[in-house]
Amino acid sequence: MKVSKDYGLLGVHGPGLLEISVLTGAGLTLWRGTTRLFESLSFTLVPAAALLIEGPNGAGKTTLLRVIAGLTMPESGSVAWQGLPLREQLNAARLRLVFTGHALALKTELSTRENLQFFARLAGLEGRVDEILEATGLGACAELEVRLLSAGQRRRAALARVLLSDADLWLLDEPQTNLDADGRQFLEEAIRSHLRRGGMAAIAAHQPLALGNADVGHLVLGDA
Amino acid sequence: MGVNVPSQAKVRTPAGAQDLGLAELFWLIFERDLRVGLRRWTDASNSALFFVLVVTLFPLALSPKAEMLQTVAPGVLWIAALLATLLSLHLLFRADLEDGTLEQLLLMPYPLGWMVLAKVVAHWTITGIPVVIMAPVLAITYQLPASAMGVLTLSLLLGTPTLSLLGAIGAALTAGLRGAGVLLAFIVAPLMVPVLILGAKATDLALAGEDPTGPLYLLAALLFLALSVAPIAAAGALRVSAD
Repeated sequence: MKVSKDYGLLGVHGPGLLEISVLTGAGLTLWRGTTRLFESLSFTLVPAAALLIEGPNGAGKTTLLRVIAGLTMPESGSVAWQGLPLREQLNAARLRLVFTGHALALKTELSTRENLQFFARLAGLEGRVDEILEATGLGACAELEVRLLSAGQRRRAALARVLLSDADLWLLDEPQTNLDADGRQFLEEAIRSHLRRGGMAAIAAHQPLALGNADVGHLVLGDA
Repeated sequence: MGVNVPSQAKVRTPAGAQDLGLAELFWLIFERDLRVGLRRWTDASNSALFFVLVVTLFPLALSPKAEMLQTVAPGVLWIAALLATLLSLHLLFRADLEDGTLEQLLLMPYPLGWMVLAKVVAHWTITGIPVVIMAPVLAITYQLPASAMGVLTLSLLLGTPTLSLLGAIGAALTAGLRGAGVLLAFIVAPLMVPVLILGAKATDLALAGEDPTGPLYLLAALLFLALSVAPIAAAGALRVSAD
């Protein structure tokens, strides 16, 4: 976990450092039309921990991830990291975030490698594209245009983008969709190793994720 | 596939530092959009073909007298260029919004307005430059003298990027709407009218043997105004569209 130097705002120094590297959502309320998705929702996420967001279809799992990412504004409440609004922290590059939604952000006209290279360069990390293509099992179709890939391969490419981003906070929306057994295993191992390194993850999931002995919190939406 | 996840070295630039310079960022997005646009060339060539079609139909319908054609040429060429721009605008952000690229760009710690500018410049390179290049060739069918042809090309070179920039505001506002084509045209066409008037006027003046520098300077001024304001306005609109 990368901790920025200017945490003086909270007046915490030295060993107490990790305690303030906390992602918090406080009093989040969001309506979609006349439907209340969640009200006064709060959560805390510390480094090396994951938050599993569960609930039936339409319960607002994706929307909550978008709220955390700052893509959707909640009617009330806020998401903060180290006590400051998450948006501010991201813009100041004190924290890196990666988000995968339903749309995988892959250009179908470009090859898998071209797609990943774009995001690697945006993150300022170019050297690892080949390594990650191999690790995600996409080595053989790296030069193929994405429109020729299967749904599972596209999902793997999105996972490769997550690994490439070197982000501290992973926001994954149903990452297991379309993956085969191998792919799911790889995904779980990737999340576990991300958490072991002190990363954070918020994951919307239908199917159970085997995260071993990692610190996992559950947030159940839709039955309030 | 094995389950050995590559180790992630957490070597990071100092806090607050951005990873990419603005020039690199611009080039990265420009190059990617250009590549996608050229591979989707059937979409990209639509506006250029539309321009050719409109411009070549007019002489067929009007009387083929040289004076007549010369009189209407500046207006016809400029209106065709404007309509060709309007026709291509819906492509500017739609694909990025639908495939999730826009979400990713919004999450980057880089200025969105700058990324929008790179996208618009790439869009103009694909849709605007062909129009600028073809205009003098098509102007031959209107029997335009060589002197007016140079001014026509220069006015289009200064004016069409302004049209793309202004259009980007409307494209960003309507990116999330289905079937927004006509709405988009109605939003941005009024903003484009000054460019149309000045562009046609410059060519008219050159045709009459007068000095066209006045309207050309104004076109350049409008271009710089649009360059500085339009990307920021479009970025604001995109944030709303992506919600």
